[in-house]
Amino acid sequence: MSRIGVFVCHCGENIGATVDCKKVAELSAGLHGVVHSVDYKYMCSDPGQTMIKDAIKEKKLDGIVVAACSPRMHEPTFRKAAQESGLNAFLCEMANLREHCSWVHLKDDSTTEKAFELIHMLVEKVKKNKPLFPIKVPVTKTALVLGGGIAGIQSALDIANSGHQVILVEKDPSIGGHMAQLSETFPTLDCSQCILTPRMVEVAQHPNIKLITYAELEAVEGFVGNFKVKIRQKAKSVDEKICNGCGDCTTKCPIKKIPDEFNAGMGYRAAIYVPFPQAVPNKPVIDRAHCTWYLKGGKCGLCEKVCPTGAINYQQEDEILTFEVGAIVAATGFDIKGTDFFPEYGYGKYKNVINGLQFERLASASGPTLGEMKRPSDGKTPETIVFIACAGSRDSAKGIDYCSKICCMYTAKHAMLYKHKVHSGKAYVFYMDIRAGGKNYEEFVRRAIEEDDVSYVRGRVSKIYERNGKLIVKGVDTLLNSMPMEIEADMVVLATAVVANHDSEQIAQKMHISYDAYHFFAEAHPKLKPVETNTAGIMLAGACQAPKDIPESVSQGSGAASKVSCLFSQDVLTREPLIAEVNRSAPPLYSTCVGCFLCQSVCPYMAIETEEIRMRDGSLIKEVARINPGLCQGCGTCVALCRSKSIDIHGYTHQQIFSEVVALFNRREEYETV
Amino acid sequence: MIKVGYFPGCSLHGTAIEYEESLRSVCAEFDIELVEINDWNCCGATAAHSLNHLLSIALPARSLALAESQEFTEILVPCAACYSRLLSAWADITQDSKIRSKVSDIIELPLLGTAKPISILEFISRYILPELKEKIKYPISQKVACYYGCLLVRPPNLVHYDRYEDPLIMEEFVKVLGGKPIEWGFKTECCGAGLSVTRTDLVGKLSGKILEDAVLRGAEAVIVACPMCQSNLDMRRKSINNYLGEKVDIPVMYITQAIGLAMGIEPRKLGTKKHFVSMDKFIGNFRLGQVEHSKAGEV
Amino acid sequence: MKQFEPKIIAFVCNWCTYAGADLAGTSRLKYAPNVRIVRFPCTGRIDYQLILKAFENGADGIIVSGCHPNDCHYTSGNFYARRRWIVFKSLIDFMGFDNRRMYFSWISAAEGAKFASFINEVTDSIRKLGPYTDYSNLRKIGVGSIGEEL
Repeated sequence: MSRIGVFVCHCGENIGATVDCKKVAELSAGLHGVVHSVDYKYMCSDPGQTMIKDAIKEKKLDGIVVAACSPRMHEPTFRKAAQESGLNAFLCEMANLREHCSWVHLKDDSTTEKAFELIHMLVEKVKKNKPLFPIKVPVTKTALVLGGGIAGIQSALDIANSGHQVILVEKDPSIGGHMAQLSETFPTLDCSQCILTPRMVEVAQHPNIKLITYAELEAVEGFVGNFKVKIRQKAKSVDEKICNGCGDCTTKCPIKKIPDEFNAGMGYRAAIYVPFPQAVPNKPVIDRAHCTWYLKGGKCGLCEKVCPTGAINYQQEDEILTFEVGAIVAATGFDIKGTDFFPEYGYGKYKNVINGLQFERLASASGPTLGEMKRPSDGKTPETIVFIACAGSRDSAKGIDYCSKICCMYTAKHAMLYKHKVHSGKAYVFYMDIRAGGKNYEEFVRRAIEEDDVSYVRGRVSKIYERNGKLIVKGVDTLLNSMPMEIEADMVVLATAVVANHDSEQIAQKMHISYDAYHFFAEAHPKLKPVETNTAGIMLAGACQAPKDIPESVSQGSGAASKVSCLFSQDVLTREPLIAEVNRSAPPLYSTCVGCFLCQSVCPYMAIETEEIRMRDGSLIKEVARINPGLCQGCGTCVALCRSKSIDIHGYTHQQIFSEVVALFNRREEYETV
Repeated sequence: MIKVGYFPGCSLHGTAIEYEESLRSVCAEFDIELVEINDWNCCGATAAHSLNHLLSIALPARSLALAESQEFTEILVPCAACYSRLLSAWADITQDSKIRSKVSDIIELPLLGTAKPISILEFISRYILPELKEKIKYPISQKVACYYGCLLVRPPNLVHYDRYEDPLIMEEFVKVLGGKPIEWGFKTECCGAGLSVTRTDLVGKLSGKILEDAVLRGAEAVIVACPMCQSNLDMRRKSINNYLGEKVDIPVMYITQAIGLAMGIEPRKLGTKKHFVSMDKFIGNFRLGQVEHSKAGEV
Repeated sequence: MKQFEPKIIAFVCNWCTYAGADLAGTSRLKYAPNVRIVRFPCTGRIDYQLILKAFENGADGIIVSGCHPNDCHYTSGNFYARRRWIVFKSLIDFMGFDNRRMYFSWISAAEGAKFASFINEVTDSIRKLGPYTDYSNLRKIGVGSIGEEL
């Protein structure tokens, strides 16, 4: 005989205004097995919780149903309350009267009926609940940071400084990310590399950081505190331990006309290269897709000949490195759309139409023009330059509905940098809105407009075409009588949309984390858990989650690091025990499992093992499935699949769910008679 | 003999009679018969859809329904403006059964949407292009500008042509004809359209910019596939010349005329004399090319 | 006469559709009150005997809904659910039951509006079909109950 308590919350007016909570509580009191049923204004408040605790003790309740908001909101609160008064936390269930009932239906009898039915379903479920106890697992106090941009660097340094080991993996030959490509940064106009490179060096020299560049994530197994990651170290073809970084190989390499990724295609590099002079590590790699030695079967070999230390190793192979880590920080960054994304601006065929990143390289002192304003087509100084903000962003026709957030600011910065370098030049900015929310941001934009005389035109550019070496930019000024405008420009810079990396979807799938419609990684909660993912132990930092500027990326990098440090402050983690289990029974059956192992084939976590049941003399009786409680994440796919119904999942057992379903339909008449 | 449903609209029986003549002459060479839809009516043009949405569907829908009853599955609509109206009505009735039954009631005809309007570009790609190369007798060797105007490849969600800002399909035809299409930025710019009547000065400006750029890039003719564009670029030369401050004499011809010329169809059958700006110089140069071509053949 | 109000039961996963339904709530969207949600960790957990059980007990319609393909919190549970659904639905059809009362959908945590309109759609179509008794009648002629062994 069960002793169930029902607690109906009004949630102020949120539930109370549409559902007759008093009536619901009265009806619930009449349910079989319910010995206590009350309603109250705010169940989650201190007096509300005390009410629950007192009732559990006084009425000796062996299960409670709190009918309030979504369990995704307050289940932990009420389970904790139950636990504190001596009732096992898993004997508390929540009926979702707010999100699933009062907020979505009108005030009506049918809404009250639904509320009552939702409670009844959970009353029947909770009767079948069993006390469960959290699982304890050890923590490996090493973190993996994926991505060596500013967010990853910040994260790695913070974790390392709190005394934990960090493995920092970067896909490019050097860390630094997009920030290393930038010329100056808004709103202070300090040189990006000047503030970044010291941090890069710090990473390289930190005793707690193991830096692995030119490497990619191959696979992630395991769970929070106990991940096993495989990293593919791509063959650099240069032995890092022997190489002294003299650079003779890169100057001698005959293949020199490869568009340079670091310079966003604005310059060239050799087939054996260091991405940029301040690279960390400052050792070259061979780009096998362009190197003659690989393309023509062992010909050339010049770099090997000139290398004073004999560090070149053409035969080097990719290597798979395996590490055990307790937490992962994903800081894989972003990409921006190329100019070929815009049919109206010539599908990228005009050389003097470039994107923001390319302009950064043009403006950078370390760039292909050494910071001089020279346009790509003929190296002339552009006298008139047009910047187009929102190129792709906030444009549903282009499939990118969101704001890329950084463009307003960097466009103002670009226009300013241009005016500082070409005093006689004329700079136009076409914009939709100026979004300069941030410390000193608005002031920065005003400076561009007022002090540096940049012409801001509110309107869109419909078309760009080339004539007589000039780019004719056709736009409209919506603030000046909507007059069409035509500007003869020497160069156009598109502030193209910030997008997720092309492989972010695959990376997310390898880590088992979710991602949004634009393939940015999804945070666990948009407001309250912006750093965590839905997969415990995996944090996010930087623009892999959404477009972000440098200060935000750094903040989130530190945020992720602090989450990792919190995790690592514990020696043992406790996990929710909502996992699957294969039944065991007394001999001669041992288990109803027949050993078909279909479950093994569907388990995404490889959590199902084979267990041999043997006689005392060692002879095999039967092979059955066994679920590793450390690996099981509780999806329950094996449960539904099991032919002999030998697997069940705690918290969602067959008995619980069937009771829930049956309860719903056996109730209707009773309600009508009341 | 292939029979294709044909919706001429007002232009092809009137101001753009040479478009029809050249279209029919070319089709005859390919053994295609254009069968005019019985009792077709006005597509509604800009007037209908700026006044009443339902009317703008019902008018073209009536012609679609008639085409269906005459068992056509495709209707060739050479006029780009008519094509746009018919296609958008077709899309409305095939995507929304409520609109379809409503419109069917209005026009008092059964309406299923089984007859799909096709543009002249689709028609040429499908029926003319496959055998065009072998039928060319006198390749065009001149530089020409292919001009699409606003409605031929747009709006993208109706026409589903992926390069709607910079279409290349007419250029493909011209290359098969032997011509050299120029690369330019005015392919889909506005010619002034209906302002032709009320604000000829604006048409002069808009069309003027188009012709100016074509001439600047060395084109000897503009090739179009829309009666509206043709008439603005051809007929409004006075306003155009006023705007440009110089006289431009670049002829504007239909893609079907260009195909006909390259196939060696007599200019008379292609209506080349019916333009305001004479095509004689172009045809002269073209014939010169033919002579050289045939001489080269003799050697 | 009072309009027939169908009883619909929705089996949804915790991560996407349940959260999507929560979002419909926080967005204050309004939809028909005929649906009752049963929460599962994943659509992969949903045992299709439950669907029969629901019909047997008088459900007029059922819904199974989870994360979009590739968005499963557990990587692949929704794919297994979909596969089993296809087989199950044709089996139901083969056995002569009305499979117009079964709906499968992907609704993500961000699709509150889709959840609301989906519930309205399903409720409307099932209301038109009327009460469902084919299955519950089987009990009366002595066919055993689903899931009794559990």
